[in-house]
Amino acid sequence: MNFQVGLLLPELVLAGMGMLVLLGGVLRFSPQVAFFLTNLAFVASGVAAVVVGEREGTFFGGMAAFDRFALFFRLLFLLAGILVAWLSHPFLLRAGRNPWEYDALLLFATLGMCLLASGVHLAGLYVSLELMALASYILAGYFRSEVKSHEAATKYFVLGALSSGILVYGLSLVYGATGTLSLQELAAQLAQAKPSPALLAGLFLLLAGMLFKVAAVPFHVWTPDVYEGAPTPITAFFSVGPKAAAFALLVRVLWTGFAPLAADWRELLAWVAAATMIWGNVAALTQDNVKRMLAYSSIAHAGYALLGLIAGGALGVQSVLFYLLVYTVTNLGAFGVVALLASDEYAGEKVSDFRGLGRRQPLAAFAMLLFLLSLGGIPPTAGFMGKLYLFAAAVHAGFAWLAVVGVLMSAVSLYYYFRIVKEMYLSAEEQGLPVLGEAWGVRALSVCAAATLILGILPGQALTFTAPAAAIWPW
Amino acid sequence: MEFFSNLLNIICYLPLAGALFIIFFIPKENTKAIKFWATLFAGADFVISAALWFVYDPEGAPFQLVYKKPWIPAIGAQYFFGVDGIAVLLILLTTLLGFIAVYSSYTAITHREKEYYVWLLVLQTGMLGVFMALDFVLFYVFWEVMLVPMYFLIGIWGGPRKLYAAIKFFLYTLVGSVLMLIGILALYFYNSSGFALVGLPGLGNPPTFDVTELMKVAPSMPLSLQKWVFLAFFVGFAIKVPMFPFHTWLPDAHVEAPTAGSVILAGVLLKMGTYGFLRFSLPLLPDASRWAVPWMVLLAIIGIIYGALVAMAQQDMKKLVAYSSVSHLGFVMLGMFALNPQGLSGSLLQMINHGLSTGGLFLLVGIIYERRHTRGLAEFGGLAKVMPVYATLFMIITMASIGLPTLNGFMGELTILLGAFNRNTWWAVAAATGIVLGAAYMLWMYQRVFFGELVHEENKNLPDATRREQWTLIPLIVLCFWIGLYPKPFFRIMEPSIRRVVEVVDPSYLKAPQAVLPQPHGAKQHHTEE
Repeated sequence: MNFQVGLLLPELVLAGMGMLVLLGGVLRFSPQVAFFLTNLAFVASGVAAVVVGEREGTFFGGMAAFDRFALFFRLLFLLAGILVAWLSHPFLLRAGRNPWEYDALLLFATLGMCLLASGVHLAGLYVSLELMALASYILAGYFRSEVKSHEAATKYFVLGALSSGILVYGLSLVYGATGTLSLQELAAQLAQAKPSPALLAGLFLLLAGMLFKVAAVPFHVWTPDVYEGAPTPITAFFSVGPKAAAFALLVRVLWTGFAPLAADWRELLAWVAAATMIWGNVAALTQDNVKRMLAYSSIAHAGYALLGLIAGGALGVQSVLFYLLVYTVTNLGAFGVVALLASDEYAGEKVSDFRGLGRRQPLAAFAMLLFLLSLGGIPPTAGFMGKLYLFAAAVHAGFAWLAVVGVLMSAVSLYYYFRIVKEMYLSAEEQGLPVLGEAWGVRALSVCAAATLILGILPGQALTFTAPAAAIWPW
Repeated sequence: MEFFSNLLNIICYLPLAGALFIIFFIPKENTKAIKFWATLFAGADFVISAALWFVYDPEGAPFQLVYKKPWIPAIGAQYFFGVDGIAVLLILLTTLLGFIAVYSSYTAITHREKEYYVWLLVLQTGMLGVFMALDFVLFYVFWEVMLVPMYFLIGIWGGPRKLYAAIKFFLYTLVGSVLMLIGILALYFYNSSGFALVGLPGLGNPPTFDVTELMKVAPSMPLSLQKWVFLAFFVGFAIKVPMFPFHTWLPDAHVEAPTAGSVILAGVLLKMGTYGFLRFSLPLLPDASRWAVPWMVLLAIIGIIYGALVAMAQQDMKKLVAYSSVSHLGFVMLGMFALNPQGLSGSLLQMINHGLSTGGLFLLVGIIYERRHTRGLAEFGGLAKVMPVYATLFMIITMASIGLPTLNGFMGELTILLGAFNRNTWWAVAAATGIVLGAAYMLWMYQRVFFGELVHEENKNLPDATRREQWTLIPLIVLCFWIGLYPKPFFRIMEPSIRRVVEVVDPSYLKAPQAVLPQPHGAKQHHTEE
């Protein structure tokens, strides 16, 4: 048993350090200490995750599996977490906010996501999901005095709680129909018997709950408001962390527990994916607020990633994992630039604030150009390789029509990404806002930009790492 | 550095190296140094690429100077460069026009020079990569990389409607190329693991994007699948060419782009579409290509005549030249889908010709635009009196574009007509009307600009073409005469590669005895030599 507890070392580190950070806030240490402890937590947890590595079989009474899939997501979440911490540090100092609770919540949210990555039991998965969600609700409303932040937290909480309720209701139906919540046993049962209507209803409700978390159409309506109102580094976090976590959940639940029913949910998800890609991209076209635009863009990206999920198989799952990695560094970078914009107004960053950035700050503008090209899927950036993989998986699985929708919608998406490019490079006047050169923010952006280029030109290494991660235990 | 011991790698990345050099070592205020280094790098690239003319052996292996390394082993993508006769000619055209584009921009571009030359050089690398890549992923990367610099060239240094033209160019061509990507993926899975769920097993070969490997297996693909892949490729390439009715981006982009941008657009970018058909559609999808012949020819002929008629109605010189491109590219497509050696080699030769003559025309229009800041035909008249050298240069290029014998256009059009005539007399008849119309609008433009009375006061003291401006055109004119008088070396380089395409796309043609047509000296020789 002692040995088993050691497998949770990455999570234990996060939990312990999170509580330590909370305590530090009570003792009123300087914000620098909080930043140091948070970094330490992420790094130590990452080291622990690598040491724990991957294990065969399930642990904790069938609640968790530490396969390569879990390892990949643990590391991905920790990477997202530490980059967000870097972006948040200067942001909080600038706003004069207390970083202690913020950092602790960030650690707890990451903890929830890491637990989610290794869960193979629906009850355990639900608890991890709620841990992540509760921390997220508070983070969205962290700037209490700002009305928009308030609004974001309230909307996120009310709708999030509703979706959790739907999810739990789905769980209870599944349990009622099969008598188990273990994904492994579920799969074994489903492989033998025809599913009962109650089980199908449960699956449907589960899907609704999970699709809410990835912000897929028609469960996306909370996204623009929450993304706009939350503090920008937290928006960056929402757009990559919880979204990737929800994809980990979707992949794990659908391709292990409900894999025998693939024919039933595939068609449904195909339509959801098409609607998500179309609606996300079309709605983003008219947004003037950059955060709202990127919010719709992140809805669209969930649609692309669904392609890989629908395609399934080794190629499909691997394409989702690789895409999530690509999307994490790219989207964090794009939101990071927005976070570093020296805006006076809370959450009011306009597209026109980027005007003339290419002449005033060529490096910052170039980084933003890279991120936008990557989001749009233009080589030689990571986004292209990610989409190539997703579309390849879709074509391979016989969903060529979805791939066609996907590529056409990426072309549409470039129209609004290039609205920012246009402001940065093509506008004659220079009246936009400067990007602040805060050390940790710049470091985070540099990491993202370098990763965006490297994953785009030489994706070989990352692909060899994700390939075995796609073989989800026990399949 | 093994990588740089390959001639193709050097040619492809030298402009990029130049761009990086300028970014990091030349301050943006020092415009003189920026121009110097940009010209030096572009010029050196042309000189080095000239070696291809001698190094490439037409009788040798199908693809030469091959550089092949695993790139993304997980999906079987390779870093694979190599050239055949088709690519060699287009690479030479690209490096020449790239150099001229840089050299011709000294006075035309007066703000943000550093960015301008950097993007121009990056664009150069992208275009060269397209003609060298023999791996589909690599090809696609270069194909799309090109779009971004071109977007900036049009959008920053373009005319009054530059913002609209830039994004229209970008999105229009992008839509085509993303659909092409789906076609590439379909080929890829046909060769390897097939399509799950739809019950179409693949051939089970190791997954690869290697074009030379796919050329071995793709022609045996069932016609139904070939048609879909052909359509996907068609959208990508036809927009780039552009074929009627996908040409609407072209007048906007050409008119708004700065002179050098128009030269590159017309000279090289359009050739990528026709190159795509020649390199990929025909040899990979022969059955679908034959199936598509009537439609392709129809669109080509509509393009020839429609482009010419619209050009005739233009009041803006640049727009006129832009629409003439639609017409000329229609010729290229007609020759290509004649699917015989004459048609294909004429088609390739005409690609080169169009790059030379239309590139030259855009340079010439740019020269007058720099002086008068207008391109309206009605603004000019009688310029032959004040700018005699300019008028002469303009005359030669105009004649080359019309297809006057002894100049290059004649050789290309003649060979294409031979190819088309061989297939169907009426194709040749329809195309010939295009030639007549082409002569009409070009000569009419020339007459309105250069002859008659000098009615406009502003035109009375226009300075003639400067030494530098003359030198941008002289290489083009020399080549026009060379191809017009002695095209044999060009045909010699392309001949075996063209033959290989015909062998795949229409094997019956080479076996059947051909009626011997009376042909002029230069155009015929390469057939009888066999």
